[in-house]
Amino acid sequence: MIDLLLTPLQYSFMVRGLAAAVLVGVICATLGTYVVLRGMAFFGDALAHAILPGVAIGYLVGGGARGSVFWWALLTAVVSAIGIGTISRSTKIKEDTAIGIVFAGTFALGVALISTVRTYTADLTHFLFGDVLGVRTSDLLLIVVFGSLILITVLAFYKEFLVVSFDPILAKTLRLPTRALDFLLMILIAVAIVVSLQTVGLALMVAMLVTPAATAFLLTRRLPVMMVLGGIIAAASGVVGLYLSFYIGIASGAAIVLTCTAIFGITWIVQTLRQHILIRSRSSDEARS
Amino acid sequence: MAFLEKLRRSDYLIRQHHPHEVGAPILRAANLSVRYENVSALEDVSFELEEGERLAVVGPNGAGKSTLFKVIAGVQNPTEGQVHVYGHEPGGHICIAYVPQRSQVDWSFPVSVADVVMMGRIGKLRLFRQPRRCDWDIVQDALEVVRMQHLAKRQISELSGGQQQRVFIARALAQEAELMLMDEPLSGLDINSKNDIFQIFDKLRQHAVTILVAMHDLQMAAERFDRVMLLNVQLLGLGTPAEVFTSEKLVQAYGGHLRLIHTDEGVLAIEDTCCGEGEEV
Repeated sequence: MIDLLLTPLQYSFMVRGLAAAVLVGVICATLGTYVVLRGMAFFGDALAHAILPGVAIGYLVGGGARGSVFWWALLTAVVSAIGIGTISRSTKIKEDTAIGIVFAGTFALGVALISTVRTYTADLTHFLFGDVLGVRTSDLLLIVVFGSLILITVLAFYKEFLVVSFDPILAKTLRLPTRALDFLLMILIAVAIVVSLQTVGLALMVAMLVTPAATAFLLTRRLPVMMVLGGIIAAASGVVGLYLSFYIGIASGAAIVLTCTAIFGITWIVQTLRQHILIRSRSSDEARS
Repeated sequence: MAFLEKLRRSDYLIRQHHPHEVGAPILRAANLSVRYENVSALEDVSFELEEGERLAVVGPNGAGKSTLFKVIAGVQNPTEGQVHVYGHEPGGHICIAYVPQRSQVDWSFPVSVADVVMMGRIGKLRLFRQPRRCDWDIVQDALEVVRMQHLAKRQISELSGGQQQRVFIARALAQEAELMLMDEPLSGLDINSKNDIFQIFDKLRQHAVTILVAMHDLQMAAERFDRVMLLNVQLLGLGTPAEVFTSEKLVQAYGGHLRLIHTDEGVLAIEDTCCGEGEEV
């Protein structure tokens, strides 16, 4: 048993992969709390897809260098977040329609750009579905730096984000800068997506933002607990998923996401059953009395 | 309510955004109009309120009650006209509280009763500052005023309708609001819960808190409020219930949705047949 756990750790790519999966899990789940509570899942999914052209440009300009991909992706993500935020506020078109148009269009542009390279299917697959076992020490450093920035910002603006998410009208009567706070949150999500790019890939990103936080939401009624619990669930999913990927030989990003989904499924079933039993025991108590 | 006195004497009010202009009325609205696309939500509404007054705002669905409250709170800009609170634009004040309709609140949000009331304090806390001991004391005091202190740790979805309403009034107290705008706080409550809310209104009056209450129950508006405002996009009447609730004005406001019953004493028995929950505009 212990051998089963230790064997993969002999490979340094596995150790780096595990570290990346845990860090990314914690970052995404913490921010994901707001994504879940504010109903921003579609925004997160769209934003992840919308950064593909940036990834493509970075890839083409840098001749495949990781650093170039990261910075271009970061630039595109922040621009897209502000773009989607502005469009959805200022046009007659409904927000989800505007997001749909922007996200499909930019995604197509990204695919088109990458398709100009001959080996494009393999590279595109890495961007879409992640390549956590290819994480290098320099990538880990970027994850740590930007991840800490995200977590520190979430902590520093905790009370402001709380009010603006729960009751935007109260936030306005307290004269908080609600618009700036909304944009700040969107930018944080954008940065989290870029940081997670290599671990789960763009296509599965929304699962990291939503699934662990939603699982935690089922388990607690306090926001700080939800954040911590979501982080723990996501980190555990990262570790379990990577081991599964190692032993069964399935794609690592998919394995992590499937683990998250399984934990959510089990939690949902248990909670639903518990409620049923509670209601039933309560009604039988009433019948007796 | 001693704590409100304590607050008024404390240094909190020194940090308020706009100084209150001496002698200015708590609320003056002049020629307010709000238009969405080509539809008018409010048309040329002007009125003035005195400090400590308790005003019922009645009118059919879509009459612009919520819009009027949002404009007064400085959350929404009027297309034309101005609002002045103590002589200044509402956007400079943090002493105006908007208490939302219960249907507009996400009750599954993972926060406790005390967390919600603490949100009222955040306007007084600077960036990066966490709530201090005195803020938690104020939260506790506000909960005592609405008799909810024993439920401080409850998650908000576990409360009854009347308790939910009281939590939001406590939040307005923690905000140190001098003007409270309440959007249909009495809808869907049983008679005991309604009486609880009116007891709290009486406590607020002793401390010169001015309250505007949007509501559908005309009888309750007539019996329990100093003045009533009849609104249907335009301001149809503002005054004592006897002045405003005349058959002519009520028909003007409600049209066919209202039944007027003339009794022997010549008193009008009136019934608002259009009240539905969850008004949007």
